[in-house]
Formats: sequence, structure tokens, C-alpha cells
Amino acid sequence: MRRRPNYLAGAGSLIWLFLIGLPLYVMVTATLKTQSDFVQGGPLGLPTDITFDNFTGAFDTGFGRYFLNTLLVTVCVVGIVLLLVPPLSYSIVRSRGRVTTGVFRLFLLGLAIPLQAVIIPMFYLISEAGLYDNLIGVILPTAAFALPVSTLILSGTMRDISRELFEAMAMDGATPRRMFFQLVLPLSRGGLATIVVFSALQAWNGFLFPLVLTQSEESKVITLGLYNFQTERGIDAPGLLAAVLLSMIPVLLVYLFARRALVRGLMGVGGK
Amino acid sequence: MTIQKTRVRPAAPPVKRRRTPTTNVADVGRPGFIWAAPATLFFGAFAIVPLIMVVVLSFMSWDGIGDPEFTGFDNWRRVFDDPVMIKSIWLSLLLTALGVLLQTPLSIMLGVWAAGNQKNRAVLSAVYFVPLLLSATAVSVVWRALLDPNFGVPAEATWLFGDGNLFGEQATAIGVLAFVSTWQFTPFHTLIYQGAARAIPQVLYQAAEIDGAGRYRQFFHVTLPQLRNAIMTSMILMVVGGLTTFETVLILTQGGPGTDTTISAYYMYEEAFKSFDYGAGATVALVLVLAATAISLIMVRLSGYDKMRSTTEGL
Repeated sequence: MRRRPNYLAGAGSLIWLFLIGLPLYVMVTATLKTQSDFVQGGPLGLPTDITFDNFTGAFDTGFGRYFLNTLLVTVCVVGIVLLLVPPLSYSIVRSRGRVTTGVFRLFLLGLAIPLQAVIIPMFYLISEAGLYDNLIGVILPTAAFALPVSTLILSGTMRDISRELFEAMAMDGATPRRMFFQLVLPLSRGGLATIVVFSALQAWNGFLFPLVLTQSEESKVITLGLYNFQTERGIDAPGLLAAVLLSMIPVLLVYLFARRALVRGLMGVGGK
Repeated sequence: MTIQKTRVRPAAPPVKRRRTPTTNVADVGRPGFIWAAPATLFFGAFAIVPLIMVVVLSFMSWDGIGDPEFTGFDNWRRVFDDPVMIKSIWLSLLLTALGVLLQTPLSIMLGVWAAGNQKNRAVLSAVYFVPLLLSATAVSVVWRALLDPNFGVPAEATWLFGDGNLFGEQATAIGVLAFVSTWQFTPFHTLIYQGAARAIPQVLYQAAEIDGAGRYRQFFHVTLPQLRNAIMTSMILMVVGGLTTFETVLILTQGGPGTDTTISAYYMYEEAFKSFDYGAGATVALVLVLAATAISLIMVRLSGYDKMRSTTEGL
């Protein structure tokens, strides 16, 4: 079917591109400017003489440490998700018990629980457990709230494994354990990649739990560092935007290499 | 959200040690509950227990240091006697409604457009998704710098922005919040519509073409009705997301000017973590959850989404 081009849609998409691009342009150019250059030339001008001091400045004000903390949180959250979600999804897809159906409902309900709703009891529980201002206290709830989406995505993948394969293995007398390791895991690689990327993104961008559950410099994550920078020295826009750009680099790299896994996962969240 | 129920099958017969001809091969090698137990316990401890505790805490008084004490309906009375709270509910609803009104048409158009298979669309879509990857914190910080009254874009383009202080008045401050949320979340909803639009059978368009329907009639009479389920999913997510908007307010307006953008989620944070009145905070949190659930349920009922009608009936 040949069609004449849709000019209206084309124009609309270009306007949207401009709106998406504008802040990104301002951010990248501002990071290369000195503060006086930013103030005099305005946010839209090009840098007159390029400087990289803003990046070194970000590291001097502790962003190196925040970066490592965030990395630690992200790796641990992904580890917990990878440990818990595959067996859970396997049981949801394959088990016939009534309990497991209830479990699946529970995780679907979990999708609808906003972080804000539980933040006060979480603060109470984590303080009581002696984990306040400790990264473990951030990792545990962040991982818990990454479970529902990951479970939904992975059990969707596992449901596509054909029944005949399970039956063939059952004929050979395979235990559930062997089916899990030799059949289910190898055939769910796509889903596993998606939940890794997805939970890593959630952990990397997390803000509310660190905001409420940590306090000191030693346990600060990068989003919290940005927030503090903004409230304390927001006047230094180039320095602030350099820190923002640094915080985005790992995410953008992952996007570059794992776009497919991420987009597929997010489409799965919306449901079709 | 597609709630795919696990297939309901008759309960498995009691496992027999000796093999009898009646043993169905499909019943062998099923994992037990033990496989689901670790994740369930973990999720129970860190999500379900706090959710129950928020109900309990809403009837208690706690300053964050001593032990919580039971005070009956005291928090509820105080919270609903506070004019700031009442105002915050209206502001939350206003901001949520604005979000839905801005994002729905925009993301439907972008999603349907991006569902096409042209190369340039794929490239542009890749750029469109960038806001989705960024933390709400980063997005808010960037826009705060960009819209700064003294050094930002408004200070330069006074012909468009007047005195340039978008954060100084309620109307413009709410406008900024709605705009930044739209900037950040439209890509996500676009993705939902893109997936849904790709799933529309081409036959429907061919039939419409034969009947002489042009591009716009095809959009309104084929595409939109076919996106029914996606529209519902996306709107429910917008409502829940809109009511719990927090970072944007914290970083862009701090609830100001005055309390003119103090929406309920931000009010909750202030009550609990700034005024150390955790009981009142828990009450507000509970009100938010109940409101989000109620609105979602009403939307589901009104639209008939709960009947989960397939959009491909009769094909």
C-alpha cells in the first residue's frame, strides 16, 4: 500500500523532537561552559571556551563515592532479583497448587503499591532493624519493589515454553529441579536479560528510599547527591548539569547496547 | 495490564509412588510451593507488612524517636481539619487530570506514529525514549536549571514568559509541574500505544481502505477503538503515577509558592519527615492509596475493561 506522506504527523514528531532535545542540548553545552560563560551567554548559547572543570569538580565534591554506592546498590538489587524471581516465575507458570495462584495475585497486587504508601512504615522497620543510614537498608526495599514487574515479565517469557518439552523431560523422569536448570533457564534468556536491565534501571534511578533511609555522606547515592547539589549550590548550573550528565552515562550506555531488552520489557509492563 | 490468570486445572491427584497407567505424564515433575517461598517471604516482609503497618500507624502517634502510641482517630481528625491537606487533595487531582489530558492524546499520536516500520521513525523513537531512562531527580534538576528565573531560558525570552519567574505564581508553577511530568512520562505511554498499535490486524485497515475511508477516518474508526485496552492501562498508570508525583514537586517547587503546589504526596513527606508527625503522614499515605485504588476501580468499571473484551472479536 503506497501512501502519500503524512505531513501533519511528521511536523508533530519534529516538534516533539525539539522538546526532547532542548534540555539535552542545554545540559551538554552547559557542562562545557564556565559559570560566568553560562550566566552571560545564557543557557542556549554555545560555549565560548570549552572547559572540563565541571566534571573534575563533580568528582571533587564526592560524586565518585556516590557513583560507587549507587553501583553497589544496583548490583545487589539485580543479584537479589536474579536469585528470587526465576524460581518464583517457574513455580507460578508450572505449579498447579492453589497457593501458587494466590502468590501470583499477591505480586499483581504489588504492582499497584506506590513507594510513597509504604515509606513511613519502611522507615520505622529499617530503623528498628538497625539498618538506618546503611546501604543494606536501601537495597532490601528497592529489591522488594523490583520483584512484581520482574515476575510479570519473566513469567510471561516462561509461559511461552511449550508444554511438550516439559512432558518429554517428565517422560525421562526429570525432577522439577533438573527441568528448571536444563530447560527453563536456558529458554528464558531473553526474559532474564530484560529483568536485569529493568531492575538495574530502577535501582540506579531510585530516590525515595535513599532520601528517607540514609543520611550521611558515606551512604549517599547519586540521585541524592544531585538533589543536595541542587539545593545547596544550585546557582552553579554547569557543575550541577555535569553531575547529572555523569549520572546518566551508565544508563545511556546500557540503552545503547540493550535497547531491545529494555523496550520489550517496558512494552510488557503496559500489556498489549 | 493484562492479567493473565494461570490456567485453572483440576487439583493434581495425590502423588503415587508406584506407577499406574492412570498417572498423567503432564502431572509429573511439577515444582511445589517451595520454589515460590523465598520470593514470597521477601516480598511479604518488605512490601506487604509495611502496607499493613501504614494502616496501623495511621491510628498511632509517633515522633520518630520513642515508641508509637495508639491515639484512635486523632490523626484522621487533624489531617482533615488542616486546610492545607484539603487543598493538597484538590491539587493532586488537578495535576493528575492535567497529566492525563496532556499525555493521553500526545502519547496516542506518537505511539501510532512510531508503530510504523519506516527507518526514520525507528531512529527518532530511539531518541524519544531517552527521558524514560532518566531518574525523576535528574529530569527535575535539569528543568529547574533550564527554567531558572534568573539564569534560565525564561529570563532570556521575556516576550514569552513575562517576568520570567515561572515558579512565582500558582498557575505557572502548576503548568511547569504538568509539563515536566509530561516530558518525562509520555515516552513510556507512547511505548504502550506503539506495542498496541503494532498488534492491530492489517486486515482492518485494508477493509477500511476498500470502503473508501481516508487516513483520518481510519484513525478514528479503526485505530482508536482498537486501542481501547491500551488506553485503559495507560490511563490507570497515569492516575496512580500522577497522585504519587513527588520528586518533581520536591525539586522544582518545594510545594510553593506558599502551599500552592503542595500536593498530597509532598504534604505527606513534609508532615512525616519535616514535622516528625509520622502518624499524620501515614494517614495521608493511606488516603492516597485508597484514592488511587478507588479511581482505578471506577475507571475499570465505567469502561467495561474488567470484562476484558478482546479487540479482535469476530476476526
